[in-house]
Amino acid sequence: MSAIDIEKNGDVPMLEAVNLVKTLGGNRVLDGVSLALPKGCVKVLIGPSGAGKSTLLQCLNFLLPPDAGHISLEGRRVNGGSKRELCAFRQKVGMIFQDFNLFDHLSALENVRVALIKVKGMSKLEATERALAELARVGLKDKATLYPANLSGGQKQRVAIARALAMDPKVMLLDEPTSALDPELIGEVLAVIRDLAQLGMTMIMATHQISFSASLADEFLFMDKGRIVEQGSPAELLGRGSQSRTQSFCAKISELTGVAGEACELGDIKA
Amino acid sequence: MNEYFEFLTTELIPGFKEGLWTSIVVIVPSALLGALIGIVAGVLRVYGPRPVQRITEAYVSLFRGTPLIVQVFFWYFALPYIKFGEWSLVLDPIEAAVLSFSLCSGAYQSEYIRSGLGSIKRGQIRAALALGMTLSQAVRNIVLPQAFRRALPGCGNEIIYLIKYSSLASIITVNELTGMANTIAKNSWRNIEVFCTLGMYYLALVTIATWMLRLLEDALAVPGFERHKS
Repeated sequence: MSAIDIEKNGDVPMLEAVNLVKTLGGNRVLDGVSLALPKGCVKVLIGPSGAGKSTLLQCLNFLLPPDAGHISLEGRRVNGGSKRELCAFRQKVGMIFQDFNLFDHLSALENVRVALIKVKGMSKLEATERALAELARVGLKDKATLYPANLSGGQKQRVAIARALAMDPKVMLLDEPTSALDPELIGEVLAVIRDLAQLGMTMIMATHQISFSASLADEFLFMDKGRIVEQGSPAELLGRGSQSRTQSFCAKISELTGVAGEACELGDIKA
Repeated sequence: MNEYFEFLTTELIPGFKEGLWTSIVVIVPSALLGALIGIVAGVLRVYGPRPVQRITEAYVSLFRGTPLIVQVFFWYFALPYIKFGEWSLVLDPIEAAVLSFSLCSGAYQSEYIRSGLGSIKRGQIRAALALGMTLSQAVRNIVLPQAFRRALPGCGNEIIYLIKYSSLASIITVNELTGMANTIAKNSWRNIEVFCTLGMYYLALVTIATWMLRLLEDALAVPGFERHKS
């Protein structure tokens, strides 16, 4: 069965975090965060910078091991102390970074292929086929031989998405996937993310693209000072008459950027 | 001038031929071992557990902080007097030279590797870990290949130094180029010709090494990691 599945229900959440706490440099960056991602669900993390969105995402795949709390994948608790278990878990949890983090010495194809060979133990031929298929999915098959230095930001992020998808993840964590992009390149990356959501990929994404995520998200999670302070469907939080902090935060962003305006006006919002 | 060419063809070239071979026997293993030690020590200094980091740092300070000639003397003249229970280790001159040069070169190489590793963004490792690689897979497959490309010009420089300090082996009776030149000079009293020709031999060796390092850099060149053409 493919990792991407249309089915959205199921009793056990795909990914669940309970009471995560993380202290960095004396600051309690995560102060007891719990969340559950049901299969096929898209949740969007928003909130001021420094709220702990990025820390939360990195704790979810143990890039930053949480100080307290636990994480379960499909109901099975992950033992962050076991290297082997951690590697197996991370294969099932794809991560997209704000600054892409493509491997600079490898071509687009090799970027997508390297973990298939080294981690999944695929043959070079098999891995190449799979990598080309993933590159084709993000519309970059013809750029397979190019190196990161010769790709645009949007293309880099699409390669990074292909690289994560090649591992057949069950969940995707997206950490501000478009924040480092020039405005004219954001669209191509958002289109890929929208395709993924439509195919039923379970995702959690930190972003400032309010109007885009309002049309995509099942739930908004508004974070501040290391806690999730509000959560609900985009319609509930952003709809007319809503007095939510999410609403006033989005209004503030839209004043600054003019981008989120129509979202806050309940245009294309997912109810 | 004719006299010089006769001296060159009858004395210097035949004498230097043997010395050149001995020099190569000292330089090539020292350069390879030195690079290997440098890569291992450099990686351990950055990614090793704390105690291992300390040990490799001590190694580097010791071998960068003492004169090479003292190290050569130690391995050749002092090591035989150190008793390991019943027996002691006596190195022949070439072995002692290769050992000293490798250890010294490795200490310097590890500095270049370390700074190369430091120049690779932390995100590269995070991305590799996020794909399910272990830390050691991430270092071997992702970080080291990039760091090595960044470190290559420095590492090449160290190999060029090595070619030149290999002449120190003559002091512990290795008959490499400089040793042979000394012998010929003593017998012929034609110091100017002998030592100027000797210099040309080293210049040629360094030129060949530079050219080979260029080929290696070109072979490893990747967009974003190009050699800075001067």
